[in-house]
Amino acid sequence: MSKPVRFGVCLVVFAIFVLPLFAMVVVAFTPRASLFDGGASLWPSSWTLDNFRTAFDNYPVARWFGNALLVATLTTILSVVVNLLAGYALAKMRFRGRSVVFVVILSTLVVPTQAVMIPQFELVARMGLIGFFWAVVLPSASTALGVFLARQFFVSFPDELIDAARVDGCGPLTAFRRIVLPNTRPLVAVMVLLAFMTQWNDFLWPLITLRDPDLYTLPVALRFLQGAYDADYGGIMAVALLSSLPLLILFVLLQRYFVAGLTRSGLRS
Amino acid sequence: MSTTTTPAQDDALDPGGAGGVPPEEARADRPERSRPPRRWQSAAAWTMLAPNLVLLGVFLVVPLGWAIVMSFQAKRSFGPGRWNGLENLGRLLGDDVFWRALLNTAIFTAVCVPVAVAAGLGLALLMNKALPGRGVFRTVVYLPIVVSTLVTSLIGLLLFDETVGIINGVLRDLGLGQVAWQTDGVLAMTSVIIMTLWTRIGFAMIIYLAALQDLDPQLVEAAELDGASRFNVVRHIVVPTLRPTTFFLVVINMIWSFQVFDIVFVMTNGGPGYDTTMLVTYAYDEGFGPARNFGYGATVGVVLFVITTVIVVFQVRRNARREEA
Repeated sequence: MSKPVRFGVCLVVFAIFVLPLFAMVVVAFTPRASLFDGGASLWPSSWTLDNFRTAFDNYPVARWFGNALLVATLTTILSVVVNLLAGYALAKMRFRGRSVVFVVILSTLVVPTQAVMIPQFELVARMGLIGFFWAVVLPSASTALGVFLARQFFVSFPDELIDAARVDGCGPLTAFRRIVLPNTRPLVAVMVLLAFMTQWNDFLWPLITLRDPDLYTLPVALRFLQGAYDADYGGIMAVALLSSLPLLILFVLLQRYFVAGLTRSGLRS
Repeated sequence: MSTTTTPAQDDALDPGGAGGVPPEEARADRPERSRPPRRWQSAAAWTMLAPNLVLLGVFLVVPLGWAIVMSFQAKRSFGPGRWNGLENLGRLLGDDVFWRALLNTAIFTAVCVPVAVAAGLGLALLMNKALPGRGVFRTVVYLPIVVSTLVTSLIGLLLFDETVGIINGVLRDLGLGQVAWQTDGVLAMTSVIIMTLWTRIGFAMIIYLAALQDLDPQLVEAAELDGASRFNVVRHIVVPTLRPTTFFLVVINMIWSFQVFDIVFVMTNGGPGYDTTMLVTYAYDEGFGPARNFGYGATVGVVLFVITTVIVVFQVRRNARREEA
């Protein structure tokens, strides 16, 4: 293909991929009246902020944002800590059963939440966690993907540095804290982004466990609004747009970390 | 905007690369001198693994075992389970809705997986070489990855809503009449697949673009000098080089497809009738719907688990055999 042709094809691809986002933005700013009069359009005759105003007036949108931020932050912190530790032990420490543990952790990839959600729900309920964010945070923290990413990073971490620390009399845990941790910035950045994105966007499990509208995270709240607004897409799209903005902005700013993270999630079996 | 440039990128983690000996195995024969006593290290290792293993054990392994137990029980909601042997399985085998859900999930998978992978490869090849605005084009294809499936589904409704939706609005303005996106089963499935592809193609493209960096440019040049057409270069050099990547993308997309829930739940809720009911939406309806039939819902979940395992094992084996050949 010649360059102009490729450019033309790219323009078409651009139009197709941007259309859904464009529609969301436009409808979020379309007056309610013109939505009901002739349906949604890609270029309304007038623009308004009313959809945002009424959403905030009628629903605890700010609270939902707070919930989402809290749940995603807690999950991210816990997830990075437990997966980082496990990944390091699997990459750099020698003990019996190491490869078995690694295989067991990786094989949990084939156990989808969706397959075990019913007993998982009863378990979490019997533990008395329903009604608390821990019901969402604890089951999401430990992930095979996180362990895998951490292990791959540490496998290529220079042994000489760790050995030097040992010669200086550090135990394995001290060596980890003083020598290894300060050098894990790129790994942590990738793990934070992936964990935060996953939890911010997760729907099914929070839908099952967060039964109280005051506890909703954003995806569950959007489902609730779908019922409340019915065909009034203006209000729904206003909240949908707001809920997507943080990650869209983060993505554009930190694209290389996202891309690196997603690329490295290219697990090999 | 470059694709893959974190400082940590130089490790062996190219997603396209084929197996290879993990470095730690290579250094296992190193002298033990500078190491602390083994017991010490082993204790430290288990301490570091413990939080992870406890969470996985409690919140994943226990529920999996319990799901298998429940599938042999008559159990409503949190009530006690009464053993009923293979009754759940028997009901499943004679349940038209279950077979419909399985068929729908299979169709959904059969369409989504090849299209997402092929489109991802096509776009990666298209945007691999220098092009004005390439960074912007790539970003736009990636963006849907960070949009939640809930937002994606709601946008899907906005586009495909039969009465007030944008697509029918445009068709109406063009004088082309309405399309029954929500009342026709095949069209409803189509709308769900389109929105799913929107979120999946970018991921395939990211992975392929990274793998293309490993392609030996000299090989391609040599082939072109020998007069190979662009198509033949792709077919005989690019595609074989990318095989491990394609393998990964096919497996992960199959797993995702069998687990599909959010988009269907919001856009069609399995309808019209059972035309878009999937395995997980069916398990959800049974377990968390008015019936709250935990035993039967868990049975559907176990089926999903078995299918996922079979897919992964089968694909991994096939891939291993191919690499030997």
